[in-house]
Amino acid sequence: MGTRLPLFPEQASTISAEVDHLLYFLMAVSIFFTLLIFGAIFYFAIKYRRRSEQELPHSVHTGWTLEIVWSVIPFGLTMIMFGWGASIFFRESRPPDNAMQIYAVGKQWMWKLQHMEGQREINELHIPINRPVKLLMTSEDVIHSFYVPDFRTKQDVVPGRYTTTWFEATKPGKYHLFCAEYCGTNHSGMIGWVYAMEPQKYQEWLNGGAAGSLSAAGGALFEDLACNNCHKPDGNGRGPSLVGVFGSTVKLAGGGTVRADEGYIRESILNPAAKVVEGYMADMPTFQGLITEENVVQLIEYIKSLGPRPGQGQPGQAAPAIAGSIPSNR
Amino acid sequence: MNTAAVQERTNYLNESYGLKSWLLTKDHKRIAVLYFITISVFFAMGGVFASLIRTELLTPPGDLVSSETYNKLFTMHGVIMVFFFLIPSVPATMGNFFLPIMIGARDLAFPRINLLSWYLLIVGGALAIFAMVAGGVDTGWTFYTPYSTTYSNSYVIATALGIFVAGFSSILTGLNFIVTVHRMRAPGMTWFRMPLFVWANYATGVIQVLGTPVIAVTLVLVFCERVFHIGIFDPALGGDPVLFQHLFWFYSHPAVYIMVLPAMGVISELVSTFSRKPVFGYGFVAFSSMAIAVIGFLVWGHHLFVSGQSLYAGLVFSFLSYFVAIPSAIKVFNWTATLYKGSISYATPMLYAFGFIGLFTIGGLTGLFVASLGMDVHVTDTYFVIAHFHYVMVGGTIMAYLGGVHYWWPKMTGRMYPEGWAKLSALIVFIGFNLTFFPQFILGYLGMPRRYHAYPDEFQVLHVLSTAGASVLAVGYLMPAIYLFWSLRYGEVAGANPWGAPGLEWQTASPPPTHNFDKIPVVTQEAYDFSKVAGEVIEVG
Repeated sequence: MGTRLPLFPEQASTISAEVDHLLYFLMAVSIFFTLLIFGAIFYFAIKYRRRSEQELPHSVHTGWTLEIVWSVIPFGLTMIMFGWGASIFFRESRPPDNAMQIYAVGKQWMWKLQHMEGQREINELHIPINRPVKLLMTSEDVIHSFYVPDFRTKQDVVPGRYTTTWFEATKPGKYHLFCAEYCGTNHSGMIGWVYAMEPQKYQEWLNGGAAGSLSAAGGALFEDLACNNCHKPDGNGRGPSLVGVFGSTVKLAGGGTVRADEGYIRESILNPAAKVVEGYMADMPTFQGLITEENVVQLIEYIKSLGPRPGQGQPGQAAPAIAGSIPSNR
Repeated sequence: MNTAAVQERTNYLNESYGLKSWLLTKDHKRIAVLYFITISVFFAMGGVFASLIRTELLTPPGDLVSSETYNKLFTMHGVIMVFFFLIPSVPATMGNFFLPIMIGARDLAFPRINLLSWYLLIVGGALAIFAMVAGGVDTGWTFYTPYSTTYSNSYVIATALGIFVAGFSSILTGLNFIVTVHRMRAPGMTWFRMPLFVWANYATGVIQVLGTPVIAVTLVLVFCERVFHIGIFDPALGGDPVLFQHLFWFYSHPAVYIMVLPAMGVISELVSTFSRKPVFGYGFVAFSSMAIAVIGFLVWGHHLFVSGQSLYAGLVFSFLSYFVAIPSAIKVFNWTATLYKGSISYATPMLYAFGFIGLFTIGGLTGLFVASLGMDVHVTDTYFVIAHFHYVMVGGTIMAYLGGVHYWWPKMTGRMYPEGWAKLSALIVFIGFNLTFFPQFILGYLGMPRRYHAYPDEFQVLHVLSTAGASVLAVGYLMPAIYLFWSLRYGEVAGANPWGAPGLEWQTASPPPTHNFDKIPVVTQEAYDFSKVAGEVIEVG
């Protein structure tokens, strides 16, 4: 039998202590009310115990004052809980701009993680401490959930879309990684470790892996899949040029615009007809089932690496307004 | 012994005999008895599954059963306990039996529909049991997509169909209660003279009628996707998996109140009778039931804080979730205040009521934890949530269920249960319950995810405590099964009003005659008016 009996998880991220402080407040309120109710029940039950089978107590008249007092005070307390919890949630939901990005793909029953520099890990994640890390996550099959208790962070990993989470580890160590959303037979085996390392150790670990960067792999894939036949850098292809498209605002056929983030690019690869760029036909084939989620990630990083076009950054500017494109006849 | 004395009068039990007289009965009391027998069987099944789960979790590796079996065990435990025990529990049994009597009616508004709803539960249950025997289902009782629609190789359709059919049982019971309360109250039984048990079941009926169709539709959509591959939830087919969660919880969160509101109604009756006082703040307690029924429909999104729904949706659902906490708090405070200057008896039903108030308080307060966004991100899908809802569902609903069964047992059977054994079992249930579920709060905050067949070593001590508690709890549940059965033959004859309670159900014989009252009562006093309980009590204090 395990001899350790831990009562609290470690505080290993910047958010851990904040969540624990909220816990202390919630516990204090709960203990107070539990003692109040238990104490009142015990006190009344003993003091007013039935002494004779024939006794009939006078009824006590209900007053509005008491009802209002014991509605308003708890309500005030719950609003503190709401505000406090919401402020932590806001921080948890918004990765800092300087966060380093790592891709995570869940599948029955493993975690696949890809660093920008090209290192790929399964059921292990190496990260530096004191630096925010943002995970961009998706699933190849069912819903999973990326959960690191010592960081107090959890986010469902949903097929068909990207979700994000972030954390900043504060001390080196080895922390549990769990799948928290039931995902089938071997759900409890979909676990791993997060290794938080001193920055220079992390750098050494990064250098140990020989793989090329994600975007380089994506570039090779871009040619293998013949994407470059249509998406020519000069725009003279059947599809729009992808140079500088990432982060821009794209005008869509039929009106409307979309911000070209990872989710949009992923959708355009797997479901090209969903959002067609203005001025182009919906004639791109889907790559659903032909490439893995990891391939999609590589392509996204390649497209990101195509860099900003000169003069880019005007809001509302159509990214692929390029001469020679096939006019849409829709 | 006293058999002759009990059977002197014609009552609903001895009016006719034979299986047919039961299976074709339209008497709400007999139908209630049918429900009692049925859901006791389901409770025993769910309990066996729970015992196997707890035994597996004694040791960190998954060594007693395979992962597949384990997943089926917790799924079937959840399905049986939620849909076939907790949802029918109080309304279909005690509600069916006592709601008409408490308002001075001879039966429910639609006696045939009442019988039909029992048959629907049987058919639904048979389908679910078929699914189990044929090979089981492994999706969890929540049926999250796309696992349930595309990836699971288990009997999803049969189980879903069982729940679908049982849902109509629930809808019809709710409808029957609503119409009965509106149309069949005895002369003088105004809305604000109704016992709070009736208010609670009325509020529950509203949720059953408005909420249950949504789960029915959702299960039909699961069926369409799984069988016909129509893309609704699976993104590979163009669907949205999170849409399922919205639909599922739109019913299943209000369903929590289907499970606990009638239990709260029972507690109001118990606290009043065993303090010999009207429930403090009657109007507030009555309206808090209605408030819970309404607000309960607006909080489903708090199950989706980490699902990827929008940040602002999370904020709104967290905010609204705190509103639903207040009516529950009002009830707890009013029950406690009812004890003040009462004449408090320690009879078994009251011990269960004390247990309910204490455990529901803890269950409710930990609900405040999971309603808080930043906290829920950490504890959702862990044992913290398991502990929280078992405090509400087991510590709340089942404590009230057992309290109500003991309270009304003399009325239903004409016999008293053995008081000493019953007190002992109430104590064992309380201790066993806390030992089972309190360690799970700590486990959850440590990060132990739910639905894990195997787990890291450091969680073992707490799991062993929990399993030990489950063994104690099992003893506490087995004891009433034995002594209540025993009391049917050997229990003391009860008499019409063993508790000196003022409710209409105590003003008729035990067991009641088939048409409940020899003469329809005319109500001239408020609910819980103990001064009129003839000649049995004298004023003190």
